[in-house]
Amino acid sequence: MSDTAIVASGSSPYQSNSAIVRAASAVKNRLVIIVPYLWLLFFFLVPFIIVFKISLSQSAISMPPYTPAFDLSGGIGGFWSLVKQLSFDNYVWLTQDALYFNAYVSSLVIAGISTVLTLVVGYPIAYGMARAPATLRPTLLMLVILPFWTSFLIRVYAWIGILKPEGLLNQLLQGLGLINEPLIILNTHTAIFIGIVYSYLPFMILPLYSALEKMDYSLIEAAQDLGCKPIGAFWKVTFPLSIPGVVAGCLLVFIPAVGEFVIPDLLGGSQTLMIGRTLWNEFFNNRDWPVASAVAIILLLVLVIPIMIFQHVQARSQEQGR
Amino acid sequence: MVNKAFWLAATSALATLISVSAYAQERVVNVYNWSDYIDSSIITDFTKETGIKVVYDVFDSNEILETKLLAGGSGYDVVVPTANFLSRQISAGVFQKLDKSKLPNLTNMWDVVSERTAKYDPGNEYSINYMWGTVGLGFNKKKVEEALGTDKIDSWDIVFNPEKLAKLSDCGVYFLDSPTDVIPSVLRYLGLDPESTKAEDLAKVEEVLLKVRPYVRKFHSSEYINALANGDICMAIGWSGDVFQARDRAVEAKQGVEVGYVIPKEGAEMWFDQMAVPADAPHLEEAHAFLNYMMKPEVIAKSTNFVYFPNGNKASQAFVNKEIFEDPAVYPTPEVLDKLFTVSPYDTKSQRQVTRLWTKVVTGQ
Repeated sequence: MSDTAIVASGSSPYQSNSAIVRAASAVKNRLVIIVPYLWLLFFFLVPFIIVFKISLSQSAISMPPYTPAFDLSGGIGGFWSLVKQLSFDNYVWLTQDALYFNAYVSSLVIAGISTVLTLVVGYPIAYGMARAPATLRPTLLMLVILPFWTSFLIRVYAWIGILKPEGLLNQLLQGLGLINEPLIILNTHTAIFIGIVYSYLPFMILPLYSALEKMDYSLIEAAQDLGCKPIGAFWKVTFPLSIPGVVAGCLLVFIPAVGEFVIPDLLGGSQTLMIGRTLWNEFFNNRDWPVASAVAIILLLVLVIPIMIFQHVQARSQEQGR
Repeated sequence: MVNKAFWLAATSALATLISVSAYAQERVVNVYNWSDYIDSSIITDFTKETGIKVVYDVFDSNEILETKLLAGGSGYDVVVPTANFLSRQISAGVFQKLDKSKLPNLTNMWDVVSERTAKYDPGNEYSINYMWGTVGLGFNKKKVEEALGTDKIDSWDIVFNPEKLAKLSDCGVYFLDSPTDVIPSVLRYLGLDPESTKAEDLAKVEEVLLKVRPYVRKFHSSEYINALANGDICMAIGWSGDVFQARDRAVEAKQGVEVGYVIPKEGAEMWFDQMAVPADAPHLEEAHAFLNYMMKPEVIAKSTNFVYFPNGNKASQAFVNKEIFEDPAVYPTPEVLDKLFTVSPYDTKSQRQVTRLWTKVVTGQ
């Protein structure tokens, strides 16, 4: 189609015709974009609006357990009177108890530390994979994805067996005579970090690998020819070129880690306060769907706003770079 | 050759179609019960006797069940919530009244239990007791004796008195992560009304729990079964039948772990798991057939023999294994039964206070 457009626009007798073709091509381009937009509309915006609406409701002993539950039997007038019952009380409630603020902060801190640790562990692995012989790379890639073939839950349970006081790790260390008393790792923050780093490592390695693999290694040879030491060449050439991979990997680890529920529940101790647990308590123990929804909406804002700012800044710096 | 292959494919597709429609005519009942809570031969026997197929699905917390029920359209015909959850779900309109004319086996039920469940479900209009039990103390006999010099435990004092609990801290203590089970027990230990939601009473509970908190390794509602059985911990506040399961697993493992269960002398909370039919249940006739079958004395006794929880069926007691029926930790003696208490569901405001108190105790925030 676009070929036709180019040919057609070349000669004047077909002028009017080419405008139609161009318009058709523009519509087609739009249609291609519409698919991801529809996806976002149905799987992000619509659920978001539903959750937002529940967050403005009040909890009640009924099915569903909040009021007003919108049904359209009352016509437009009835609908409007229901809209008027909505309020921001639940958001005010969240500011009145320091619990929620502390839970958000502690989740962000735990996710932040875990992301840095995952990057530190994942980068050398991705680098090694990218520099491996081309024939070996598909196998290495396969090995990174391999753990996904076992249930995530079972893999986290396996860590209980490894980390517990009478577990494999302590038996090994005591057998080697390195420690006398078993290390208490399970049910501490350390266990949560180990669990998150282990579970999310592939999400860090894959984008890093794809960034590093595309890199032109003659650039490093050039840097070394010009007298740069290997470490200097890494920080001046390799790392800056891999930054898109670093950013993608960090976001892929950080965002799910903030809302993580299963790993802290199984590996962490009871004292670990995370927003996923707080949300669970509101939803299941207090049966307060509206407050739980408000917690979820705030969590979304806490995550989305910094990411949007970050993308904005990055886009601008790229433009300046040109 | 091609022709033959085509006909083969077509006939097999047709055969599948026919078997699918036959399946649709089959009578089915969808049951949603707690995990590890039935002798599975009961289900196959029921199908053999009635021709009704049972689709049996399991959950592991009241909260999960409740959320599915409140969202509506769960598709289940029989569900088994605990009584205090059931009570609130009845007022939310989740269940329908049972058709007692289809439940002739109701005459087998035990008044000791029915009287108490009527507190949650007046007149037992919506539900039938499946199993019941107590909230007590499960412990590792050998480790407790090493730490305390005795394995005779008979009071809540061992877990709610910080000086005593400190001695068990090293060998491991778990509490149920369930405010509705632990808080009434503390109130009873303090000599207060276990159902109290008064602010000053709850403040006293908070004080007790914060003092013993440093010696509790974890708050969790199911991990303690394996932890007790493996000897990883020496003391747990737990549900009776779960502790008996731990005891059995320990015996099977042959690692020399001996698990005991005690109903503290101050008294303990009694809970009831109740079978009920959701208002939108698609197979009413089959649901009632299933409920009636579960009230047959020899059937429900089989379940008790399997899970070690007492049931609310008087006629079944003749079929329950002697060592289970005569074990006062499972079927308490009349004197102990008198000291057991029940707790009504909290209203929304009290529930929030209790959850908040619990979060403070568990996380220190």
